[in-house]
Amino acid sequence: MIGLPRPLYTALKLAALAGVVAILAVLPRFMGEFRVGQFTFVGIYFIALLGLNILTGYSGQISLGHGAFMGIGAYVTAVLTLGRKGLVLFGHHPPHWLPLGDGMRPALTIPIALVVTGIVGLLFGMPALRLAGVSLALATFAVAVSLPTVAKRFEDVTGGGGGLSLPLPETPFGLHVSAPHWLYYEAWGCAAILFVVAWVLVRARVGRAWRAIRDGELAATASGVSPALYKTLAFGVSSAFAGVAGSLLAIQVAFVNPDTFPLSLSILLLASVVVGGLGSLSGVIVGALMLEFLPVYAQHPPLFGQSFSKQAPGVVFGVVLILIMFAVPAGAAGLLRRIVRPLTKPVPTVSD
Amino acid sequence: MALLEVDQVTRRFGGIVALSDVSLELEEGTIGGLIGPNGAGKTTLFNVITRMYKADSGRVVFDGRNLLRVRPTRVIRAGVARTFQNVALFPSMTVLDNVLVGAHTRVRPFGDRTGKALARETLEALTLSPLADRVVAGLPFGTLKQIELARALVSRPRLLLLDEPAGGLNHEEVGELGGLIRRIRKDFDLTVFLVEHHMNLVMSVCDRVHVLNFGQKIAEGTPAEVRADPAVIQAYLGTDSAAA
Ligand SMILES: Nc1ncnc2c1ncn2[C@@H]1O[C@H](COP(=O)(O)OP(=O)(O)OP(=O)(O)O)[C@@H](O)[C@H]1O
Ligand SMILES: [Mg+2]
Repeated sequence: MIGLPRPLYTALKLAALAGVVAILAVLPRFMGEFRVGQFTFVGIYFIALLGLNILTGYSGQISLGHGAFMGIGAYVTAVLTLGRKGLVLFGHHPPHWLPLGDGMRPALTIPIALVVTGIVGLLFGMPALRLAGVSLALATFAVAVSLPTVAKRFEDVTGGGGGLSLPLPETPFGLHVSAPHWLYYEAWGCAAILFVVAWVLVRARVGRAWRAIRDGELAATASGVSPALYKTLAFGVSSAFAGVAGSLLAIQVAFVNPDTFPLSLSILLLASVVVGGLGSLSGVIVGALMLEFLPVYAQHPPLFGQSFSKQAPGVVFGVVLILIMFAVPAGAAGLLRRIVRPLTKPVPTVSD
Repeated sequence: MALLEVDQVTRRFGGIVALSDVSLELEEGTIGGLIGPNGAGKTTLFNVITRMYKADSGRVVFDGRNLLRVRPTRVIRAGVARTFQNVALFPSMTVLDNVLVGAHTRVRPFGDRTGKALARETLEALTLSPLADRVVAGLPFGTLKQIELARALVSRPRLLLLDEPAGGLNHEEVGELGGLIRRIRKDFDLTVFLVEHHMNLVMSVCDRVHVLNFGQKIAEGTPAEVRADPAVIQAYLGTDSAAA
């Protein structure tokens, strides 16, 4: 451990944060539209990983189904953006009881995706309380596996296997920026807000309660912290974050179908959260960068003049993950509990 | 009326009767001792009182309320806090955060200045303040026990259950513990229920001592009375327990 006094350490962290914000704010000026799109994805993954880190890193519950929660957010945005009119136009027959308007601005569907996915997460979290460890992982896995089937089953709303196409993104409110830039700032604007939300939450009473039940449920219970309540809350909050990420993703690619959120996405999300550091909000940016760029560079390594197979990203991810688990002595058990948090680990004060 | 009344509590684990019709009372403001050989049922009684275990029958009345109808997470709100025989802290959290979790029921969800003040005050009372920002994992065992005590005290309980607070402490630390228990009883206005194998400690701090053996209460009285009780001597001689 470095022996920095706490205030200096905090100041350094804030300075680093300000630096990252400044870089993100000007980044699109220095790159082409394709690159801007890639960094929009980084912002989207950043949001999903923030939520997953609250669930896994803070409350100690594992989820192999986070991609599915993103999918729910994406469908909410797609359906609301098209509206009843849009759906009918594409030959679908949404049931009458569904409160669908005539299509909304995509950006305005984001908070709705947040709420809907959050509620689904809460509902999922309640029965999941009885599960822990491997069985919980399996239950979330089941959600990820069944999402495509469910989406295909409710074809009249989701467009089935063919999916739903959204209107091409355009800049709203008469703003003078190109569409890709708008999407970039929209994603990172949401990311900034949700980062602050996560930051406030993990430092508040609820954040301490999450860490307490992760570290020891009995002692937490004796202290008056209800594991049931806080585990469910963690599911709700993390799904809400995933919903926003999925919503932004639907807007960005202007298309959703059952294969937009494959099982592999859920697994890569979990891997990225471990790479970024469980229980560390600042590490999430590393995980998000890796999730976006590693597949690209693993398949087409720079300076190598040759492409690898489609399996390469998975392999590289696996290798990186293993290296991290070895480098961090908490090991595989720490995957559930406490892979130490290199960036936010409180530093002893020198005052004593 | 007694602050805590345990009334004919029975708890079985399969064939083992861990508590058999146990009754006892604790007067407000006193330090009560609970002793007995290994496996006598002491921890089980604490677990029943704090609702970690269900009782098969019987009642536990605290301040006129039947605790057995209180949910486990509400026991602390009712005014009963505890420590654990095998130290159960939150290892990856700081000392201050550990204590703040103990204050969970007393702090507001956000912006909990009062909670922080309360926690710091409690750390100060146990001379733990210099360690406030340290992560718990890796601290010495004696310190961990003190942090656990701070976490229990921060909720400002009326009844404090201590399960072998001297276990694992060195000779010197045990010597200080007696004074500490008496001091916190006075400063925090507590009633204390103490499980201990260290007979010197029990004899020096307890007002009244209750003795369990194989789940049954075999004696009760002042430390001097209990020490002289033939049934107690027999119970301890009948085991390998180095005590009395
Ligand atoms: N969860 C449990 N499941 C099965 N048996 C249990 C359980 N908890 C306690 N017991 C049994 O109940 C009996 C009483 O155990 P308890 O832990 O209360 O003893 P104790 O008096 O605290 O002993 P020690 O001084 O060793 O801590 C023992 O026989 C123990 O094996
Ligand atoms: Mg015991």
